[in-house]
Amino acid sequence: MATPDDTSTRTSTDPSTGAAPTRSTGRGGSTALSRSDSRGVFGDRLFAGLALAAGILILAILAFVVLFLTLNSGPAVVDDEDGLIIGQFVDYAWPLMIGTLIASAIALLLATPVAVGVALFISHYAPPRLSKPIGYVIDLLAAIPSVVYGAWGMSFLAPGLVPGYEWLHENLGFIPLFAGDPSQTGRTVLTAGIVLSVMVLPIITSVSREIFVQTPKLHEEAALALGATRWEMITMTVFPFARAGIISGIMLGLGRALGETMAVTLVLSPGLLTASLISSGNSTIPAEIALGYPEAPPGSERQAQLIAIGLVLFVITLLVNMVARWIVSRHKDFSGAN
Amino acid sequence: MTNTTTPDAAESRAPEDDSLQTRGRTRSRLTQNAQPRWQWLVVLAVSAVLGSALSALIGFNVAGWLIFTAVLHVVITYVITLTRVNRRRATDQLWRNLIFIAFLIALLPLVSVIWSVVSVGVPGLLAPGFLSSDMQGITGTVDEASQTEGTAVLGGIRHAIIGSLVITVAATVISVPIGLLTSIYLVEYARGGLLSRAITFFVDVMTGIPSIVAGLFAGAAMAWFLGTLNAVTGLFGSMSSTMGITAAVALSVLMIPVVVRTTEEMLRVVPNELREASFALGVRKWRTILKVVIPTAVSGIASGVTLAVARVIGETAPILVTAGYVVNTNWNLFQGWITALPVYIYRQFVNPTSPAFSEPSHQRAWAAALVLIIIVMLLNLIARIIAKVFAPKTSGR
Amino acid sequence: MSKRIDAKDLNVYYGDFLAVEGVSMTIDAQAVTAFIGPSGCGKTTFMRSLNRMHEVLPGARVTGQLMLDGDDIYDPAVDPVTVRTMVGMVFQRANPFPTMSIRENVLAGYKLNGARISRSEADDIVERALRGANLWKEVESRLDKPGSSLSGGQQQRLCIARTIAVKPDVILMDEPCSALDPISTLAVEDLIAELKQEYTVVIVTHNMQQAARVSDKTGFFNIAGTGKPGKLVEYDDTSTIFNNPREKATEDYVSGRFG
Repeated sequence: MATPDDTSTRTSTDPSTGAAPTRSTGRGGSTALSRSDSRGVFGDRLFAGLALAAGILILAILAFVVLFLTLNSGPAVVDDEDGLIIGQFVDYAWPLMIGTLIASAIALLLATPVAVGVALFISHYAPPRLSKPIGYVIDLLAAIPSVVYGAWGMSFLAPGLVPGYEWLHENLGFIPLFAGDPSQTGRTVLTAGIVLSVMVLPIITSVSREIFVQTPKLHEEAALALGATRWEMITMTVFPFARAGIISGIMLGLGRALGETMAVTLVLSPGLLTASLISSGNSTIPAEIALGYPEAPPGSERQAQLIAIGLVLFVITLLVNMVARWIVSRHKDFSGAN
Repeated sequence: MTNTTTPDAAESRAPEDDSLQTRGRTRSRLTQNAQPRWQWLVVLAVSAVLGSALSALIGFNVAGWLIFTAVLHVVITYVITLTRVNRRRATDQLWRNLIFIAFLIALLPLVSVIWSVVSVGVPGLLAPGFLSSDMQGITGTVDEASQTEGTAVLGGIRHAIIGSLVITVAATVISVPIGLLTSIYLVEYARGGLLSRAITFFVDVMTGIPSIVAGLFAGAAMAWFLGTLNAVTGLFGSMSSTMGITAAVALSVLMIPVVVRTTEEMLRVVPNELREASFALGVRKWRTILKVVIPTAVSGIASGVTLAVARVIGETAPILVTAGYVVNTNWNLFQGWITALPVYIYRQFVNPTSPAFSEPSHQRAWAAALVLIIIVMLLNLIARIIAKVFAPKTSGR
Repeated sequence: MSKRIDAKDLNVYYGDFLAVEGVSMTIDAQAVTAFIGPSGCGKTTFMRSLNRMHEVLPGARVTGQLMLDGDDIYDPAVDPVTVRTMVGMVFQRANPFPTMSIRENVLAGYKLNGARISRSEADDIVERALRGANLWKEVESRLDKPGSSLSGGQQQRLCIARTIAVKPDVILMDEPCSALDPISTLAVEDLIAELKQEYTVVIVTHNMQQAARVSDKTGFFNIAGTGKPGKLVEYDDTSTIFNNPREKATEDYVSGRFG
C-alpha cells in the first residue's frame, strides 16, 4: 500500500541505510513481497468507505430530522399577514406541554418504586434459577405494542377505575387534583398516566437490574460479613452503587413516556388543561399530533403547527435523554466499576 | 477436659444431652432469632380473612380484597417480627415483602392485558375469513346488520397484515445495512476519534426520538424529496408522499439505532484473538470482518434485528401519519395508501366503520390486536431461540 | 521453503511511545530462534513487527529495516497482507475459529481469502498440514467437528496446522505453550523441533527451560525501567546464552537472579 502514511513512516529511517536502495529492491518486482493484489486493496478501501459512509449517514439523518421539522414548522410561528405569531403558538402549545408533563410525571411516580422493586427482586431476591425467566417476562411488558395498551386502557382499565375516581372525589375532593366531576368513562389523564407507567416500568426495571447485578460482590459480602440483613446490605452497597443507574433509567423511562402516542391517544378523551386528574380534560403533544395530523391538509398552517409541537416534543425528549446519558457517562468515569 | 470413663463424667454429661434435645425450644443463641418457616403462610391466611372482612365493609370487590390482604400481610409481618425479634429484622422483612408485592403488581398488567386481548379477541379471530379478507365492501350497513340482526361479522385484516409485512420488510431492508455498517465502523475502524464518539452519542439520541416525531420527519422529508425530484425531472408530479415507503423510512429512523446498539455490542464481544488469527493468515480486513467477525456474532445480530423488528411492527403513530388508511389490499410501497395492522386496530376503535353500531368494528379491532400480540411474541421467541441455538460453540477454550 | 530475517536498527513505536529500540539481528533460516526476557520488554512487540501484526493497533509504526531474504518488509510498495501470508503466527491462547470445523479451520487461510481450491486439493492440504502439526491421527475421524471441541493442546496444534497450511516461510510463535499443561507442551515442543526442518521458527517464551530445549539461538530482551524502550541485550547461540553469557543482565536473568 503506497499511501503517504507509509512513506512518512519511512522518513525517519536511518540515513546510513537509506530508503532509496530499499525501494529499488521492492521495485525490482522479482520478489513475492511486492506482489500486491489490487482487487484486495480495493475491497479494503471500499468496505472501510461504506462503513464510514453509514456512520455519517446516521448523523445526516439526525440533522435532517431537525432540519425538516424546523423548516416545516415555520408557518406555525410566522404568518403572512400578522408576521410573528409566537404568542399564539405558545398559547396553543403550552397546555399541551403541561399535559404531557403531567401524564409523564404520574407515570414515573407510579412506575419507579415498582420498577426498582422488581429489579431488586430479579437481582437479589428471586431464586437464581428463576431470575432469567422473570426478566424475560418483564421484558414482555415492553414487547406489547402501545396500541394494544391503549385499547386495554380504554376498554378495561378506564371503566374499572371509575368507582375509584368517585371514591377519590368524595373523600379527597378538597385536593385540587381530585376536584371536579369524576369522568364517567374513566378516560382521564390519571388513567393515561397509569397506562404509561406500565409501559415505562420495563425500561426502568431493565436499566436498574443491569446496574444492580454489577454491584461489586466484594462490597456485598463485606456488608453481609458485618452482620447486615439483606435489606441493610442493599441500602449499604447496592443503592449507593446504582443511584446513577436508577436515575438514568428513570430519565429513559421519562423519554419514553413523553413520546408515547397511541396509548394516550386511545385512553385520554382530550380537553382543556385542568388540574383535576380524575375528570376528562388535558391532552398531550403526541396525542394531539396523532389526532390532528391525518386530518390536517398538507402544507396548511394547521400541519405546520402540529409539526412545530412535534419539534418541541423532540427537543424535550432530546434534553431528557442527553441528561440520562450524561449521568451514566459521569458515573462510568468515577465509579471504577466494570 | 473430663475423662469419659469415670462415672462422674457420665453424670455430668446428662444435662448436656438434655440441652441438645431441647435446643429448638429453649432458643440457643444461634437460633433465638429464627421464625418458623410456615409463619408467612399463616400471616397471609389471616390477612386474607381480615382483608375480605374489611373490604366487605365498603362493598366487596376483588381488587379491594387483594389490596387489603397485601397491606395487612405486610403490616402484621412487620409487627410480629418487631415484637418477637428486633427492629432490624422487621425492617428487612418489611422490604422483602414490599419487593415481592412490587413484582406481583408488575405482573398484573401483563396478565390483564394478555387475558383481556385473548378473551375478547378470540371470537373475532374465529370469524370466517378474518385473516383472508380485507375491508372492501364492508360498509356501515353491513356492520349494522351484524349488530342488530346477528349476521356474521364480515371483513378482515388481510390488507393490514400485508401492509405491515411490506412496510416492516422495507424498513428492515433499509435499517439493517446502515445499522450493521455503522456498528462495523464503530467497532472495527473507528479509533476513538471525534467522529466515532459523535456517532455513538447521536445513536443514543436517536433511540430517544418519539415515534410520532419520526413519522412527522419521514412525511416532511418525503414531501420535500418528491418536490425536488419533480422540479428536477418534471416527473412524479402526481405522487403523494403518503405511501408505504414513507412509513418504512419513519420506522427505519426508529430501527437503525436499535440495530446499531445491539450489533455493536455483539461485535465487541467477538474475541480480538480471532481477528488477529485471521490477519496472521494474511486475510484482508474486510474479509476478516465478513468471514470471521460477523459469522461469529451472527446469532446475536440476528436476534437483535428480530427484536428490533418486533419493536417496530407494533408501532402505530409513525405509520398513522405517513401511510394513511385504506380498506383494500395494497402491495405497492411506492403508490397509494397502505394500511398497517396497528393502524387498523386504532382506526377500528376510533373511527368504527359504522359509528352508531361499533361492536363489529371493536370485535375486529380486538381480534387484530390478538394477532398483533401473537406476531410480536413469536418474534420475541424466535429472537431468543436464534440467540440460544445458533450461538457459536466456544466451550473448551 | 524458509527464509532468513535481517533486522537493522529497528525501532517500534506506538504513537509517540518508543516500545523497542535499535534491534539489529539476523534470524537464521531453518532454525529455531527464541526471544526471552521479562514482561513488557518488547520481545512480543518486536516479534509482531516481523509480520507487521503490530500495525493492527492504532498508531503503531516502525523505523529501520527489516529484510526477509533481502526484501524489505516495510517497503512502501509492500502490502502488509502479503507479508503475513509469508510470515505466519501462532498465538498465546489457541484461537480456532469457533464457527468453523476442524477441516475448515485448517483451510481458513484459503477459504477466508476466497481462494478456489478443488476438493482433492483441499483434502491434501488438510492432511499435510495436520500431519505436519502432529495432529492428523487424533482428529482424522472427526474433521467435521467444531475446532473448539478439541483439548487446549490439540487446539494449539490445530492453530499451528492452520498456519503451516498456507505454506509460510517463517512461523512466529507468541508463548505458544503458556496456556497448556506439561503434556500438551511437550507435544508442541516436539512439533517445533520438527518444524525447523522446513521453516524459520521464532518463538517468544517466558519459560527459560523451554528456550533452552527447543531453540538454536536465543535473544535476550530487557528494559531499563517502566516507560523506557525495550532493547535486545544479547543475541547468541542458545548454549552460549545459557552457559556463558557476555552480559551481566543476561546471566542474572537466565540464572533466576533477576532483580
